[in-house]
This record gives sequence, structure tokens and C-alpha cells, in this order.
Amino acid sequence: MDKLVAQYSRPAHQNEMYSEQEQHDLTESLPPLSLKFNLPPVDNSRSWLRAMTDDHSNPSCPIKLAHGTTTLAFRFQGGIIVATDSRATAGNWIASQTVKKVIPVSRLSRGEDKANNAPTPGLLGTMAGGAADCQYWLRYLSQQCTLHEIRHKRRITVAAASKILANLTYAYKGYGLSMGTMLAGMTPQEGPALYYIDSDGTRLPGNLFCVGSGQTFAYGVLDANYRYDLTEEEALELGRRSILAAMHRDAYSGGFINLYHVKEEGWVHHGFDDMNPIFWKTKLEKGEFSNVTSEL
Amino acid sequence: MEVLLGITGKDFVLVAASKAAMRGPTILKAEDDKTRQLNKHSLMAFSGEAGDTVQFAEYIQANIQLYTMRNDTELGPNAVANFVRGELARSLRSRSPYTVNLLLAGVDGITQKPHLYWIDYLASLAPVPYAAHGYAQYYCLSTLDKHHHPDISLEEGLKLLEMCTDELKRRLPIDYKGVLVKVVTKDGVREVDFDNDKIVKSA
Repeated sequence: MDKLVAQYSRPAHQNEMYSEQEQHDLTESLPPLSLKFNLPPVDNSRSWLRAMTDDHSNPSCPIKLAHGTTTLAFRFQGGIIVATDSRATAGNWIASQTVKKVIPVSRLSRGEDKANNAPTPGLLGTMAGGAADCQYWLRYLSQQCTLHEIRHKRRITVAAASKILANLTYAYKGYGLSMGTMLAGMTPQEGPALYYIDSDGTRLPGNLFCVGSGQTFAYGVLDANYRYDLTEEEALELGRRSILAAMHRDAYSGGFINLYHVKEEGWVHHGFDDMNPIFWKTKLEKGEFSNVTSEL
Repeated sequence: MEVLLGITGKDFVLVAASKAAMRGPTILKAEDDKTRQLNKHSLMAFSGEAGDTVQFAEYIQANIQLYTMRNDTELGPNAVANFVRGELARSLRSRSPYTVNLLLAGVDGITQKPHLYWIDYLASLAPVPYAAHGYAQYYCLSTLDKHHHPDISLEEGLKLLEMCTDELKRRLPIDYKGVLVKVVTKDGVREVDFDNDKIVKSA
């Protein structure tokens, strides 16, 4: 009887609220950095990993990491252009020519099953270095961004998102992560924002970045023609042409040109196009690439 | 971190070589000339192992001049290039090969057509419309791929060269102390004024 009385004498909704502890956990807790991974059962896992994967000092190493890429992103008056090639290599082997190196980050829906052409809200990340590392950690970042959105009822800033990733790569520094990524997005607080984050723990905001083995070739074209007041059309063409330059000169870049434009309302995809017809069109119509002969 | 660049045009070949003579972390000289004139219409720019470079260049220079004295004929750019390549290939199989990368610029005395040859220390020879050696390859070839045309004028050629040096100033972490620019035309070889003091801002 006492039990029954106690049950009904307490305010009915008392237990429906989060406890102070629970509220604290939900709002203040940082994303857990120490996800439990199994490490190789050896004394020094760092040097073990280096011995197994470093193909400079050990060409016959058992694990060949996928490397070699060209990715670029730059800020301009109309937003941010993000462009990549699509080749994945493992040593001298071309593992794939159809890799999606631009990864949508943040938002419950990452726009993967989107039917119409309307801009998709959220950030874009690029993939250079180890494909698995980039895909895994950008997906993890995507989770954290979605949680941020639910907890705070507003979209995460690019600055905050990039810092989650940079703190993560810094926490894993020396454990053999390999990634060079750019985060691009537009938020009401920041406007167009672009960050470079790599596996050393570097995090840099900037106007223009090229990442990967083809970076120098992309910089060569991009720097010479870059202005902040580029029109949208000019900017898309410059992004495309810079990737083409790198695909042409860098053996580890090639395949398809993947182009994105980030604007206020979100990102828009501008094609995943085979480089080959674009190269020959550029050469024959504009007379560029004059060191390549077209007649037999 | 030495820079060598070569650009052909309608009736000329431009050659640019960085002015810094570097040894380890030190710049020993800031007005170094990494080129040698082989005969009236050909110029060779070189980079590579310290010591080897000048030795090889002057050895080639002397032998080209000796050939001209003995036979009373000036060798054309193609002949010079193949001679140089041959000497480098011979040296490659010796006990101490010359580790030298070269750009050979010349204008043919008869056809008056410009020629540029890219030669590396393994004695590969390639006739090209534009060329670079060292890190400059990574930054400048894509620029040249986009902006070079075979029939450009000297002014356009210098503009193009400026685009290349601008990019190097922007992205190369080491100061190469500007470039020495020479041009080969049907009238011979001459040095060209080039503004190395331009300040380039990064985006």
C-alpha cells in the first residue's frame, strides 16, 4: 500500500526529464577519441606499422597503402570549388579509376540518395592519402556533426568540424594514419570556409589548397589564373583545368574529373567526367599541351 | 633546388637558370651563371652534382669549338645535342659518371628554326617545345602545358617565363635568388633583362 501511495504521490513527469548527469553527458561531452582499436601484439606498434607499410625503405613491404591523388579546393566570390581526380593506386597498380574522392560530411542525410538537383546542405570533405582512413574518419566526423546538429539545433561550423577532425588526427599522431583532407562548407556564421587537415595534425584555414601527389601541377595552373572575384563559370572551368593538368602530368592521378560547388544553400555536383575527351578537346580546340603530338 | 627552364617560340629559345650556387644549407654565390655558350647559335644550361656540372659543360664547350676549328663548320643544334648526349652516355658507363642535367637551346643556322633539347644525367635526349629540370618541373610544366603555343613572340615568351618564376616564388620553400635569362636567336646568344625583384603574393 505504501508503495502504491509513493508511486502516485510523486509528480507524474518527474522521471521524464533528463537527470543533471545525463544532460551534462549529452551537452558537454566531447566525441570520444579513444575508440578501442586492436593494436598489433608487439612492443612498438608504431615502428611495426612503419616496417609493414613503408615502401620507400622496404619495397617488398606486405601492406601497400593506397596513395597518389590530386584534390583541390578554393574559395572565391561565389563560394567554394572542390575538384578531384578519381584514380586509386596501390604502388604501381591502378586499383580503381572511379573513386569518389569528394565525401559529403554532416547532415542526417548525406545526399547519397538524392533525386533532384537542388543544393544539398552540409559540408564536403576531400580524400587524399589512405582511402580507408579518409572514408572511415570522414564518416565518423559526419556522425559527430549530425550529433552536434541534434544537440545544438543548428548546423556545425566548418571551423568546429575541422577541429574535431584535427584533434582526432593529432590524437592518433604516429599511429600510421595517412590522410590529407580539405573541409569546405558555407555557414551563416562563417560565410565560405575552407580548411586543410592532415594526419600530422595540421589544421589550416585558407583560400586555396591542392593536396596529393599531383598538387604541384594543379597549383601551377590554379595559382596563375586564380582571383577571388572569379565568376562561377570561370571558377568551375579553372578547377576542372587544374585537375586535368595534374592528371596529365602525374602518373598517380587520372580517371574522371569530379567537380563540386559549395554555395550558401549547400553543395551542388557539377559532373564526374572522363578526362580523356576533355584532354583532347582542350588540346585540339585551344592548342594547349603543345608537347603532345596528335598526328602520327 | 636548382631551377632550369627553357621555352621555344617563333624564332627564339629562352633559357632561364637560377642564380644561386648552393652547397648544403649555404648559398655560396647569388649571381651564378649556370649556362655555357657552345657556339654562335647554341647555349647549354646545366644543373646537378657540384663540380661535375661546370667540368662537363666546359669539356663539351671546348670540344664543340675544336670541331669547328678543325672542320671549319659550325654544328647545328641537333648535331650538338646528339654529341652531348653521346658524351654523357659514354660517361654513364664509366667508373665516375657525370651527374648532370642539361637543357640545350639552339637556332638552326639554315632553317632558322628554334630547337630545345631536354637531357638528363642518364643521357635521355628529348626534343621539346618547353622544358624544365628539378623541382621546377613539378610547378612549371602544368603552367606551360596550358599557356605555351609554338608560335609565340619573345615578349609573350618572357610573359610565360614570368608566370613560371612567379609560381616558383610562391611555392618553392627555398630562395633561388632569381633567374639569369638568356635568349638564342638567329643573331646569336644574348642576356635578357628580367625583373627578379617582383614580389609575388600568395592567394
